[in-house]
Amino acid sequence: MVERGKALYGVNCSFCHGSDARGGEGGPNLLRAQVVLDDQNGELILPIVQNGRPDRGMPPINLTTAQVADVAAFVHSFRVGGYDISRMTPPTILVGNAKAGEAYFKSACASCHSVTGDLKGIGAKYADPKTLQNTMLLPGGGRGGRGGGGGGPVVTVSVTPAAGAKVDGRLVRIDDFIVTLALADGTQRTFRRDGDVPKVELHDPLAKHRELLGKYTDNDIHNLTAYLVTVK
Amino acid sequence: MRAEMRAAMRPEMMRATKFLLALAPAIVMAQGLDPAAILKPLSDSWPTYSGDYSGMRYSRLTQINQSNVKNLTLAWTSRMTGGAPAAGGFGGRVGGGAPTIVGGEGTGEANGPINIRASILQVNGTLYFSTPDNAWAVDARDGHTLWHYFWKTKGGTHIGNRGLGMWHENLYMETPDDYLVCLDAKTGKEKWHVEIANFNLQYFSTMAPIVVGNHILVGTGDDLDEPGFLQSRDPETGALQWKWYSVPMKKGDPGMETWGDVDTASHGGGNVWIPGSYDPENHLYIFGTGNPSPAYTNPPGRNGDNLYTCAIVALNVDTGKLVWYYQTSPHDTHDSDSTETPILVDGQFNGKPRKMVLHASRNGYYFTLDRLTGERLVTSKFSDTVNWAKGLDEKGRPVRDPAKDSTVAGSLVSPNNGGATNWQPPAFSPDTGLFYVPTNDAYAMYYLTETDPRGAMGLGGKDEAGITSMGAYLTAIDYKTGKTVWRHKYPGFGGNIGNGLLTTAGKLLFGGDLSGNLVAYDPANGKILWHTRLGNVSNAPETYMLDGHQYLLVAAGDTMYAFTLY
Ligand code: HEC
Ligand code: HEC
Repeated sequence: MVERGKALYGVNCSFCHGSDARGGEGGPNLLRAQVVLDDQNGELILPIVQNGRPDRGMPPINLTTAQVADVAAFVHSFRVGGYDISRMTPPTILVGNAKAGEAYFKSACASCHSVTGDLKGIGAKYADPKTLQNTMLLPGGGRGGRGGGGGGPVVTVSVTPAAGAKVDGRLVRIDDFIVTLALADGTQRTFRRDGDVPKVELHDPLAKHRELLGKYTDNDIHNLTAYLVTVK
Repeated sequence: MRAEMRAAMRPEMMRATKFLLALAPAIVMAQGLDPAAILKPLSDSWPTYSGDYSGMRYSRLTQINQSNVKNLTLAWTSRMTGGAPAAGGFGGRVGGGAPTIVGGEGTGEANGPINIRASILQVNGTLYFSTPDNAWAVDARDGHTLWHYFWKTKGGTHIGNRGLGMWHENLYMETPDDYLVCLDAKTGKEKWHVEIANFNLQYFSTMAPIVVGNHILVGTGDDLDEPGFLQSRDPETGALQWKWYSVPMKKGDPGMETWGDVDTASHGGGNVWIPGSYDPENHLYIFGTGNPSPAYTNPPGRNGDNLYTCAIVALNVDTGKLVWYYQTSPHDTHDSDSTETPILVDGQFNGKPRKMVLHASRNGYYFTLDRLTGERLVTSKFSDTVNWAKGLDEKGRPVRDPAKDSTVAGSLVSPNNGGATNWQPPAFSPDTGLFYVPTNDAYAMYYLTETDPRGAMGLGGKDEAGITSMGAYLTAIDYKTGKTVWRHKYPGFGGNIGNGLLTTAGKLLFGGDLSGNLVAYDPANGKILWHTRLGNVSNAPETYMLDGHQYLLVAAGDTMYAFTLY
């Protein structure tokens, strides 16, 4: 039915409404049209096809009830919603200038990284340029704007109680009232926080990466990406 | 936790409470809620979404105040179970045996976990609130359930429900499958339901109905390309009184000159999914509209500012006619709904008394507007990172930078899709003159995935990769200048938007932080005065007065917590 409908649609409708029914030469997007969304088996589309709306650019088309039902089945076969994975086929994101990217890297990144050292083969490690680009912006950063989680480098913390020695560890949790550290021996220690007591110092290895977010132009980002993909 | 509380209660108190409860429904609830009572400034009860019509969430109660807030004690907790009785295992809860009334037009299979985001009404000692498909009446003195109503849904987006509206003895609830349901507040029995939007068009309804006199104001959401609207319904029958579309529906409609063609305009979004505020003196219902559709792309049909999407709008509540509008994101391309509650304030501006509207938008900009004309008095940016606009135009509106639209190669944009702020209710204190709002400075990469300008619908056409938050804050803004007077950074790196807020004449500001704490701050400077860890606070705190005691009420997921001073 859908196949028959597709053929009929292709001949009779697609020029004006688009082969994907999202609109074309003069005809509106059918997928979001109320009559189409309310229609079950062609019963609401039928009168529009058979009578047309000649004053508004939609000609009457001589199809039988059964044929319109087939066309309707084809139109209803599309997924109707914002996210349509089948349409997510963007061209490559690599539009930047690798030479300019290399120059940027030398001035802004080389103090911590080297393409023959720690970032050797980075373009192969993250074969998908989008993943590489996102990783470069915030290493290990998760989606949804939550940094510091996931696979990023460890944030460490030093706590200096009013009386007693400084304690260092990996940050487990912090809010205004509690700070929890994982100690070297694998155990956890929690301190109550009361304003500035005890003194808590966070060491975020990605502080520089965060700071850079406010400095990049989109061109810088595209150039850096174009460069890093060549570091194989 | 709840069991311990019950055990700690003295037996004679329990008996007395039970005795009172037996009488309460008949005597007290018969009074219902006279809509005129909502006109009073927020005090003992909580009769509408924001407590009162101003949207300030400023309570005049002072029993709990700076000097004693540290003595707040848990009065009760109550955990809610949703769904139909058989499926949900209802009953056996606090005050067991409360009836569940079942309604609905569907099979009710889309029932998820209970997460209370709603504003909770408190009228005559009873709390009324909702989650998608569920409504409850709960005793405000001990949290036991009086009745539960369950709506069997046809499906649709079950993202949240902002609460109930009340008119005399009627309660109103919107359902995700687009019905307005009227319940008898005494019994939870359904009086009627009416369809408020076409479910086939992927509308879903979450708004708390707002009662103004004899109008029930109802909004809906939609993430496909369908027009937004606000409608007014008759409180007794649910019949339509008026309907205002936030986009032009045909040639010649106002605002059509800000679109490329009628087909796009009439599918252009601008949904109304958060309650607005009401100016009784001028009969103005003032609210925000959502994003234009398609949200992230620029088909020729969207050429122009796309009125009245992403705008603060004032309608005459009796006629549904537009009185003024102010667009906060002309031609938005980042889903920057302007639906965040506008707050109505009478105060000094440039040395003269002025009636104003205060609004912090998802797009990262704060606005002070004149309430009678919509004239812009102040625009400011309350985020350090927001970068989607090039500057302000002569009307103080942010001017979109097309380079920061979604692009194939990726654009680094702040805010992220969640916004610099979102639906979480802000608050305003007349004592400090400060506007309080939870904010987030987050970046995301926006990639265009649909390069065919015809192609994208709704929220489609882009891929968003969250990068990080540079900081999430509780932010206090001076409405006279738009400047941030203080802000409190939530510690750590888990940037997100904090919870909705409450402020009181006891010189307190309450809100849930990002780590599951309910916190009391000094509204003058953000100093922390009290906290308790509940885990995942999910709505804005509220306060009410009963039996001579002030209560502080908040929800965390499926559980309500009430605090008081003994
Ligand atoms: C010559 C161009 C043309 C062809 C061919 C055509 N249409 Fe249309 N169609 C239009 C136009 C233009 C409109 C909008 C009319 C209006 O404004 O009401 C339309 C409207 C419609 C509508 C109503 C949409 C709405 O929003 O109300 C439907 C359904 C429809 N067409 C289906 C079809 C089908 C099915 C076919 C093939 C069998 C077809 N059309 C062929 C031009 C065309
Ligand atoms: C102040 C030091 C510093 C600077 C400057 C710096 N980074 Fe980094 N970068 C780091 C740290 C620390 C990590 C995390 C390493 C780890 O996970 O152990 C990192 C990780 C990365 C990674 C991920 C490596 C992997 O294997 O996953 C990339 C890619 C990267 N940085 C690119 C850059 C680029 C491009 C710049 C310049 C624009 C830059 N960095 C500037 C400190 C820095």
